Amino acid sequence: MRLTLLVSPVTLFLGAYDENQVAETPLQVSHQHAVAPDTPSVVDVLQDIAKQTVLKIQDYSKLSFRALANLSVRPRYVQDILDQMDDIGVGSLPIVLLSGFFIGAVMVLQTGSQFERFGQTSLTGDVVSLALVRELGPSITGLLVAGRCSSGIASELGSMLVTEQVDAMRAMGTDPSRKLVTPRVVASLMTVPLLTTISVFVGLLGGMVSSVFSLRLNAFTFWQRAVAALEFSDLMQGFSKSIIFGFILATVGCYQGLSVRGGTQGVGRATTQAVVVSSILIIVSDTFLTKLALYLAEKVF
Amino acid sequence: MDPSPIPSPVSSLTDGEPVIEFSDVHIGFTDGDILRGVSFSAQSRETLVLLGETGTGKTLTLKMAAGLLCPDRGQIDVLGNRVSSMREHDLLAFRRKVGFVFQEGALFDSLTVGDNVAYRLTEDGLSQDEIVPRVEEVLRFVELEHTMDLLPSELSGGMRRRVSIARALVNHPPIVLYDSPTAGLDPITSQTIITLILRLRDVYGVTSLLATHRLQDGFALANFRFDPKSRRVSRESPSGTNLAPTRFLVLRDGRVYFEGSPDEILASKDPYLQRFLI
Repeated sequence: MRLTLLVSPVTLFLGAYDENQVAETPLQVSHQHAVAPDTPSVVDVLQDIAKQTVLKIQDYSKLSFRALANLSVRPRYVQDILDQMDDIGVGSLPIVLLSGFFIGAVMVLQTGSQFERFGQTSLTGDVVSLALVRELGPSITGLLVAGRCSSGIASELGSMLVTEQVDAMRAMGTDPSRKLVTPRVVASLMTVPLLTTISVFVGLLGGMVSSVFSLRLNAFTFWQRAVAALEFSDLMQGFSKSIIFGFILATVGCYQGLSVRGGTQGVGRATTQAVVVSSILIIVSDTFLTKLALYLAEKVF
Repeated sequence: MDPSPIPSPVSSLTDGEPVIEFSDVHIGFTDGDILRGVSFSAQSRETLVLLGETGTGKTLTLKMAAGLLCPDRGQIDVLGNRVSSMREHDLLAFRRKVGFVFQEGALFDSLTVGDNVAYRLTEDGLSQDEIVPRVEEVLRFVELEHTMDLLPSELSGGMRRRVSIARALVNHPPIVLYDSPTAGLDPITSQTIITLILRLRDVYGVTSLLATHRLQDGFALANFRFDPKSRRVSRESPSGTNLAPTRFLVLRDGRVYFEGSPDEILASKDPYLQRFLI
């Protein structure tokens, strides 16, 4: 690295490259010679990775905490929150409606074919309803919105960072955390549960249509069983998951966007990482949230 | 067109009073130290031209003066505030007193020119009745009042820099920091930008820190004056005007390599400084 730093300006300045000579350059340090770095050991590399990981977790935690803590004091940027709700909520509505409907329909096709073997097709509504409310609604909506919005947030904030717009904001006395992060997190917290609710409703409609045409079930019976199968704990499970998934996708998008390094290439990398990391976090957290929700359903509700 | 009636931002400052002071400032990143003990001061109404090749820490110096970066060691005092040890929350309020013109303008690309310039005033919670005249006023100062409803992407590079200057000027800061304002611009547009900086200095008495690698920018500021009465830029100093001095500060190897007046840098026989003069 040192070799590169010392030689590159020379090449630019003198227009010729001579590896034996390090001429006067702004980066030259007197009486120091270019030395090839020692090869790091495996332990050093692992230590470095561990430190970097801890540092990233710490930065992410600080950003997430501040995003919520900012709500306690002014300014609150209500208009920015509304703009982000429009972008995240209304903008994601078409894909959530479309995917919700067809996921409900395909659920009926898959489960219905199994129930037909036992002559219990009437149970389809119960199963589809529970699966959608508890699991598929929140997780599919979370993953879809993460794919669409987490990447969008990361690329927008990343572009602002590399073009010094974030610095310009700070230079004018605005806290980027308040202005950029909090509105996106709040908007996501408010819209993802709503989108999930709509997704579940449309999924049940899709299931109902599918059951009528493929299983010859009565639409009213399907709907009645689907609703009757649900308990308060099921609704709470789906609702709490959707809030947490909304928080994850917004904070991961903001974190990746605001930690961009390396210009436009870095923005592209951050965008990809935002989708990958938020999707993985949603799936992993879903497992633990399900376990917690089932425990609470048994002990509390 | 008459110069805009922007109130002088320096009424509270005394001439010759140091408004920016760096004392033994160090800053570095993973690849090593960039600045290794930089000390200098800028007086009220003075223009300090930071010269240096790429990578010598000119932008870092400006960003530290604005409190956007914290030094690893040393003290930075700006307008009586110990910027180097202020908390981010206090820095947000402090930065409202300092105008910053970024190298590429750093305009918010999703906002119109008018909204960009009005940004600071909107943040301060001013009403539209107060904001619009002030935005028109500063855009008139940079002769871009017709671009109010355009997006930054619809402007040329030079126009973006001028909008950036208007944005920095909108709340009448006593200090303006310019980060390579003429970098990448053609000579005619560069001249327009320098004239604008001259006007800002000579009409409103703004203290400036200007980072550049072009010596001609510094000499233009040192040798020319803007006369508010005749509205002309001339070599001679207009009678009765309190001239704002211009000094040069050359950064090299993370330290101040040269500090002095335009005459001193011209008279210098130092081979490194001579390379700037060619």
